[in-house]
Order: sequence, then structure tokens, then C-alpha cells
Amino acid sequence: MSMWEYANPKKFMGWTRPVLPWTFGLAGVCLVVGLIWGFFFTPDDFRQGSTVKIIYLHVPSALMAINAWIMMLVASLIWVVRRHHVSALAARAAAPVGLVMTLMALFTGGIWGQPMWGTFWAWDPRLTSFLILFLFYLGYIALWEAIEDPDTAADLTAVLCMVGSVFAILSRYAVLFWSQGLHQGASLSLDAEENISDVFWFPLLVCIAGFVLLFVALVLMRTRTEIRIRRMRALEVRANRA
Amino acid sequence: MIALLMRDLRLAFRAGGGFGLGLAFFLIVVVLVPFGVGPETELLSRIAPGILWVASLLAALLSLDRIFALDYEDGSLSLLATSPLPLEGVALMKALAHWLTTGLPLTLAAPLMGFLLSLAPEAYVYLFVSLLIGTPALSMIGTFGAALTVGIRRGGLLLSLLVLPLYVPTLIFGAETVRRGAEGLDPTGAGILMAGITAGCFAFLPFATAATLRINLR
Repeated sequence: MSMWEYANPKKFMGWTRPVLPWTFGLAGVCLVVGLIWGFFFTPDDFRQGSTVKIIYLHVPSALMAINAWIMMLVASLIWVVRRHHVSALAARAAAPVGLVMTLMALFTGGIWGQPMWGTFWAWDPRLTSFLILFLFYLGYIALWEAIEDPDTAADLTAVLCMVGSVFAILSRYAVLFWSQGLHQGASLSLDAEENISDVFWFPLLVCIAGFVLLFVALVLMRTRTEIRIRRMRALEVRANRA
Repeated sequence: MIALLMRDLRLAFRAGGGFGLGLAFFLIVVVLVPFGVGPETELLSRIAPGILWVASLLAALLSLDRIFALDYEDGSLSLLATSPLPLEGVALMKALAHWLTTGLPLTLAAPLMGFLLSLAPEAYVYLFVSLLIGTPALSMIGTFGAALTVGIRRGGLLLSLLVLPLYVPTLIFGAETVRRGAEGLDPTGAGILMAGITAGCFAFLPFATAATLRINLR
């Protein structure tokens, strides 16, 4: 019994069926609690006023935008090495979710930036990197859509994901070289003594947990759909042959 | 390998279109920019490095889908794959042929175009050198993109969507080299980083390209 057995499509369908509603439920609870706590029960920041509260959407979505790509990279690697179909489908399922997260981070950032920096958009390294990440997501999804044979599509997108990751990191540092930053440093980092005041920190944690769970739930659901589509195609082929 | 390179070069020269078209496109983009932003010399000379780099990038993009598509259609790509020459070598030669037919002419023509955009006099050398070092990376990345989309009918648009984000680092460092040169700053840092990207592309992307071709020929 190894963990890879859970990648068997039948087993995957089996264990995700009971897990999925719980993940959705927990994600909903976390988001509702975190957002209400954050929006209504935390004080305004002394400099930023109430605009600080967009952090509860901006930081988690930005976090997930990057993590979704990393998850796609890991899933692509698993597909290339071990040829588990579910893993390729999971990478495919994660891409649109990551795309939406990237858009959310960009939009909430713009809404916050307008009163704070006086502009919706600036060619700041972080903002630009996110825009580039958005383009990478677009290309990845477009390649999936363009190829008919599922195995070829999985292989090619996996290669694109790996090469793209290298270039995404390169772009990140190239962009740093190219322009001075307007964006503040990382709001959260593991090695900092205290990141932000506890008052904001706990609801933010709850929101991040909510976004992670939401991402997991959406990816599981979309992967299930992809597996069902695969099965339907197989049935169709079999029916045509008979 | 040399034979393959010569064959590709001959095809590019004789089949018409591909060779001169990139250069003509480059010229047209450069001519269109002043119509768009106005003829003030100071403005043009300020944006010239970026325009020249973006224009050469687009011109290189134009002929990418020819790299593998014709060989794929008439079956010679399958022959190349079964030949004793490793597919990695094929990828490398294809990129080199693409560079010799687009990147190199663009590099040679760029100083003339810089004249049209009233580029700062001290930047010409940097423009030439940065294009000379940078355009091979554009060809190599483009070859990889062409290999990804070779099996797709009408993959041209998809090809540009896939390849353009990959061009970002090269473009940034390339244009930055020229800009710093034009402003009298030290451009070697940006230039060396761009050379590093080119070297890295040639070290790794032939393998990725060959892997992609094998998947597509399966």
C-alpha cells in the first residue's frame, strides 16, 4: 500500500467523493469567519484607514496564485516521471483556478493602490511579475485546449510548465533589475519576528486557510469532472466500435 | 549537422518570403512608431532602444512557425528523428539556421534603424552587441515554442502566446543594455546577464525541444 494508489482514477473518485463536501464546507466556514472578522471586527489602520482590510483578499489570493503554479509544476513532474493520469488532469484542473487567483490579486491590488499610491497600476516589479504569471497561465491553458490527443496534450503542457517555471523565475529577477519597487516588502515571511500586528494576523490566517481549502476543493472538483469527461469519451469510443 | 544547416539555409533563401520578410517587417514597425508617437527627436531617441528591441523580437517571431511546420507536413521531420543525428542536434541546427536567417540580418540592420529613430550616438555599439548576443536566445526559445505547436493546425497565434512571455527576460536585459549605454551608464551588468540567458537557453532548450518533438512524433 503506497500513497500512489490514491492516484488510481477509481480510487481517486472513491476517496474524493466524501472528502469534497467537507473541504468545501470548511473553506466556506473559514472564509465567512475570516472575512467577517477581518472586515467588521478589526480596527482601521492608523495610516491606511479602512483600505487595509483588502489584505484579507489580496494576500491569500496572491499566495494561492503562486502556489497553484507550484502545484501544477509538481503535478507535471509526477506525470512525466510516473505517468499517473490523475496527476496530469489535476494540473489541468488547477490552471484556471490559478488564473482567477492571479486576476484577483491584481484587481484587489489595484483597488487598494488607487487610494494608497494614487494609481491603479504601476510598473512595479511585483505587479509586473504577476502580470507575467498571468500570461504564463493563459499560454498553458491555451495549449491544453489546442491539442486533441489527451496524452500528447498532457506531455506537452508538462514540458511547457517546467520550462515556463524556469522562465517565470528568470522574469521575476529580470523585472527586479529593470524597475524600482513601489510595492512594500513581503507582508508575511516565516523568518520575521512579527509580521503584522496580531489584530490583523489571526483573521488573515483564517482567510489564508479558507483560500487554501477553497483551492483544494476546486481542484478536486475539477479533476473529478475531467475524469468523468475522460470516462465519457471512452464509453463513446466503445459504443462507436460496437 | 552541417548538411542539415545548409539545407535549411538554402530552403530559407530560395523558398522566398521568409528571409526578406522579417527584415521588411522590422523596417515597417520602426517606421510606424514615429507615426504613432509623433516625430519629436528627443522622445524618439528616448524610446529607441526599447522600440528596436521589441521590433526585432516581433520580427523574429514572424518566421518561427516555419521552423518545423513544413518538415512536419512532408514527413522529413520523422526522417530526421530516425536518422543517426540526435534530435537535440537537429533542434540546435534548426535554431541556428533560424538565427542566421532572421537574427543576424536584424542585428546588421538595427544600427540603420537606430538612425531612423535618432538613437543616441554612443548606444549604437551596445545595440549591435546586445542584439548579436540576445537574438540567438530568441531563436532558441522560438524553436522550442515551434516544437510545442508543430502538431497543431493554425498554431501560429498560440505560438506567439506561448513564446512571448518566455522572451521577457531577454527583452528586459537587452533593452536595458542599450538604454544604459545610451544614457552613459555602465551596461555590462545587463549585457552579461543577457549573455547568461542566451548560454542557458542553448544549454538546456535543445533537450526540451527534442523531448517535445519526440512527443509530437509519437
